[in-house]
Amino acid sequence: MLTVDVKQALGAFRMDAGFTAEGGVTALFGQSGSGKTSLVRVIAGLARPQSGRVVFDDDVLLDTSLGRFVPPHRRRFGYVFQEARLFPHLSVRRNLTFGRWFAPRGADHRDLDRVVDLLGIAPLLGRPPANLSGGERQRVSIGRALLSSPRLLLMDEPLAALDDDRKAEILPYLARLRDEAGIPIVYVSHSVTEVGQLADRVVMMRDGQVAAIGTPSEILKGRLLSAHERRDAGAVLAAVVRSVDVAHGLAIVDAGSVEIVVPDPGLHAGQAVRLHIPERDVMIATEKPAGISALNILAGTIAGFEDDTDGLIRVELAVGEVRIFARITAFSRDRLGLAVGRSVYAVVKSVALAR
Amino acid sequence: MEWLALSEEEWTAVRLSLKVSTVAVICSLPAGIAIAYLLARTRFWGKSLLNGIVHLPLVLPPVVTGFLLLITFGRQGAIGSLLYDWFGFTFSFRWTGAALACAIMGFPLMVRSIRLSMEAVDTRLEEAAGTLGARPAWVFLTVTLPLAAPGIIAGMILSFAKAMGEFGATITFVSNIPGETQTLSAAIYTLTQVPGGDAGAMRLTVVAIAISFGALLASEWVARFLGRKGEAP
Repeated sequence: MLTVDVKQALGAFRMDAGFTAEGGVTALFGQSGSGKTSLVRVIAGLARPQSGRVVFDDDVLLDTSLGRFVPPHRRRFGYVFQEARLFPHLSVRRNLTFGRWFAPRGADHRDLDRVVDLLGIAPLLGRPPANLSGGERQRVSIGRALLSSPRLLLMDEPLAALDDDRKAEILPYLARLRDEAGIPIVYVSHSVTEVGQLADRVVMMRDGQVAAIGTPSEILKGRLLSAHERRDAGAVLAAVVRSVDVAHGLAIVDAGSVEIVVPDPGLHAGQAVRLHIPERDVMIATEKPAGISALNILAGTIAGFEDDTDGLIRVELAVGEVRIFARITAFSRDRLGLAVGRSVYAVVKSVALAR
Repeated sequence: MEWLALSEEEWTAVRLSLKVSTVAVICSLPAGIAIAYLLARTRFWGKSLLNGIVHLPLVLPPVVTGFLLLITFGRQGAIGSLLYDWFGFTFSFRWTGAALACAIMGFPLMVRSIRLSMEAVDTRLEEAAGTLGARPAWVFLTVTLPLAAPGIIAGMILSFAKAMGEFGATITFVSNIPGETQTLSAAIYTLTQVPGGDAGAMRLTVVAIAISFGALLASEWVARFLGRKGEAP
């Protein structure tokens, strides 16, 4: 378990943040400038705060009141940087094995083959980092951190420098990493989509402070998010693949009390997935729509309203036990006569999916 | 090509120059790397003073440097007498003294080149190596040094070329003794001072040009080889 508590004043910026992280993925989430990266650098030992304490499993790595500071190379925390930072003078293979020289004997030397396989980087091993694509570089960088046998993996916006296609390329690997590597991960991101797909717990940062801590579905509902982040806000649902329709490239997943059809990027029945339904992609109809291209039309009841900005409101819909959200205009609400308890249909235009 | 055949004395001067220059470069390299690192990466009181002292041989008249060496490292000099009393070792009128003079004269060029290449090494890569468990000394050996290698090679070649051409400080410090301290430059100078020595001076000049040019080509080749390793093939 990781416990962090940091106080720092740098010019006008004041940081006073603390949280604890257990197994799984803890996301440090917030806009740029909110102090996420500063906080994760303190955890890694790359920055020394004016006052703070970092403890990992009874191992005190930083305690300014005792004058204790363990340098980064003795912390055994893997760090994946936004810009990969591969060594240009070493091949991909030697980049990957760099950390092995320094990992303590007797530590679990995670097998090179397993990591290479997990990240799909076998064809890159003999190449110099300079001619890898951005996505390939980032995967090698993740592998390099894993192979140093870390006790904790820190990932600082690992996808931020990549375009959407590269992000989509790496996200499944990150989800596999979370499920297979068994190392706790602190994942820094400003992206609602990434956090929604990967995180088990979200620590939301704002202006150097922890604004909220909770599960992705609690934090990403929207109330806490900024206007920009709200564009991607929505419901996060845990689900299991029930069946696969190979002919149409679709899968039917079971999210508790509701079945949802999703595009199938190679799923198999019984697989656990996570769905992110952005509220901007949910429409509300008072009668069951017909002759419509959307695959998912869910019957539910209105559970509540919440005012949003610019004449928009968020509608909370109860579909069985599952809650999903729709963003509509206040004008539409009045025109359709929507009220709490009314039965409606939710038309879901898109579902983002993480394995 | 008959006129190019070197006499025994001329060969001796060429061999001595190569030996003196090689020893000067190799022995000053560790100090050059250490001081370049201090100047490139650390902050300490007196840094500009150190920088000034390192660069002094570049701007002082070589004769002045030679004289300063004589009064510090000569048999009667402050350090020279101690070396002689304790180890029975002296630089005076020995080829080792010529190597010391050449090392001092080439030092600013070596440090400058290494310092520039070290400053160009991305410290974020060193940070990354640290998070992978590498102690600072290992980070230096496995990341900083290899990435600064082109500058280190260039610094060695510059220092070597300077040593091949060094004349003033050497002749002032260790004189011009054939077979012991008479380097290529000193031999050319001596030949120009005797009647009928022009042909010998010319032969040694051709050798000097060949060695210097060879060093330049070698540095180009090494720099290109190392540069290519870091980039796409």
